[in-house]
Amino acid sequence: MTRGRVVAWTFVAISVAALVAAAFVFLPPWYAETGDSSAAVETPAAPATAKIKARLFYVSEDGLQLVAVEREVPFGEGTLTQAQRIVEAQLERPAAPLISAIPVGTRLRALFIDGQGQGFVDLSAEASSAHTGGALDEILTVYSIVNAVTINLPAVKAVQILVDGHEVDTLAGHVDLRRPLPAGTSWIQEPATPAQPPATAPNNK
Amino acid sequence: MALELRQPDWAVALVSLPCPPAHDGRRWLVPVEFISRALGLVYDSGLEVRKSSRMVLVGAVRVAHVVVRQDGLGPQTRVTLSVTPRTPYTLSQDATHVLVRFDADALDLSLPAFAPQGLLQSIRAPETGTTISIEVGPRFGAFRSAFVPQDDGGQILVDLMPAAAEPTPPPAARGGAAQLPVPPSPESAPPALPSATQPAAGGLRTVVIDPGHGGDETGVKGANGALEKDITLSLARRVKALIESRLGVRVLLTRDGDQTVTLDNRAALANNSMADLFISLQLNASVRLEPSGAQIYYFSAELSGDEARKAAASRQTLPTFGGGSRTIEMIPWEMAQLRHLGESALLARALEEQFRGRVRLNARPLEQAPLRVLAGVNMPAVLVEVGFLTNLDEEKQLLSDAYQNTVAQAILDGLLRFREGDDQARSHEGALSPVTNPVRRRP
Repeated sequence: MTRGRVVAWTFVAISVAALVAAAFVFLPPWYAETGDSSAAVETPAAPATAKIKARLFYVSEDGLQLVAVEREVPFGEGTLTQAQRIVEAQLERPAAPLISAIPVGTRLRALFIDGQGQGFVDLSAEASSAHTGGALDEILTVYSIVNAVTINLPAVKAVQILVDGHEVDTLAGHVDLRRPLPAGTSWIQEPATPAQPPATAPNNK
Repeated sequence: MALELRQPDWAVALVSLPCPPAHDGRRWLVPVEFISRALGLVYDSGLEVRKSSRMVLVGAVRVAHVVVRQDGLGPQTRVTLSVTPRTPYTLSQDATHVLVRFDADALDLSLPAFAPQGLLQSIRAPETGTTISIEVGPRFGAFRSAFVPQDDGGQILVDLMPAAAEPTPPPAARGGAAQLPVPPSPESAPPALPSATQPAAGGLRTVVIDPGHGGDETGVKGANGALEKDITLSLARRVKALIESRLGVRVLLTRDGDQTVTLDNRAALANNSMADLFISLQLNASVRLEPSGAQIYYFSAELSGDEARKAAASRQTLPTFGGGSRTIEMIPWEMAQLRHLGESALLARALEEQFRGRVRLNARPLEQAPLRVLAGVNMPAVLVEVGFLTNLDEEKQLLSDAYQNTVAQAILDGLLRFREGDDQARSHEGALSPVTNPVRRRP
């Protein structure tokens, strides 16, 4: 190969490399969306999308009990963080036909777990002020929260609901909230088909 | 009231009160039972408090507690006087009255308002004096009476009979002003009267009806605007009138107007009145529109956490005045209902039984839950969610006089059923209640 040919091939190679580099820099964003997405999975943001399966609780079709529905909720490192993620998921409005027993607008203000496995879920004022009242409705509201935490996280034995940072007697005049309540399994409707066991181990996707 | 107190010869005594003392600035507020239970220990003569009649009995004063009720028995009319303690009395008759005079210093009388009915025109008692006057109508011919002894008193049954009837044989002379001393002894002849007309109220003396919510707390709001607090009050008044007129039992309402009453004060009223039963009347709600029908709740112990279980099991042996010791249950006031779960379950079942077929029942009619208003009630207690105000049809029904009367009648019948102590219901007691300690408490 003559020296002139070597220079020519080198020039061609550099030009091709420059074109390829330019293509990655200047191509429009939609090009990346249709391309290989495996690169996105390996980005540093990946741990935030890790999910676990948890049982969340909604009002049964007959309105008299709760039904357990398995849902993916964000993974949280440790029992405390995981409990926060589960309660936040429980507070979200479910898609129809599911109906939540928790008043609209209720937010999680804080969550604590003490050394005896008692959880304290501090809800915003809407949990009480926006409640429809009625003993049954209030029972289902309380046990939606209590069951979501205690059934998915066996380390938490009982849950006390606080409102706006304070201990309360009741949400709407019925259920005694002066102490932590253990899971209310009698308020969960038996499933028509065998239920899947609750999965609490992280399930990265 | 000034009392001369003697120096006690002991240092410490444990006194049980129906509610905890409260601290108000520099004052301590104590329940009125403090007079008899605490001051009684340091005062030489007897001290007795009767809250219902606002009496404090000091010394050996004889005051008979008399509860009056009337029942129609076909052509006859029966007046029943429940007397505590057992007190000698005499019966007499003039042209228009049957008079019952008690050998006592005063009467502590529970006398509901009676409408003229059958042979009975009215029942009156002077504010002072110890004679109850039963005014009879023009068709009255004669009366007969009997005394039914009970544990701590007895019942005087006075049957008014029409003139055309042939009494068989009347124990009282007709006409004039016959004096009939009646010894109130257990040996008194039992009444030769049909068993179906025996007093049905059993040992009931005081029933507390709790109209749910009130004042600022409106409770559930119906789709057409009906408010739970209004309906529960209307219903409670009907239940009160029915029980008082039919059974002669004292009925107290935790509120008799549109005022806010705390849950603690509702329980305190029942405890301080030494009531025999507590029935809270409420209306239900659901985020779904379909649920309907009554649900009857009683307190749940096992769902209230380890603390409740420990409280239920805690027994302590304490020294007593005069030496010795005794074991007492140390149940915190906020968990007083734990002692009565067995009977509360029976009461709930009796109500459900009497509702069935008359009052619309929910598919899950009997429920247990850690309900705040029941937790501190120291007597058999239930919470009746009469219907769902969020159900359009049921809202209309709950507003109707006819339906409220039906519910009131069913509650009365359930209460009677409970007192009958139905064997079948009792056979389910163990299955219904994890804690069975049906100890009846008497004042």
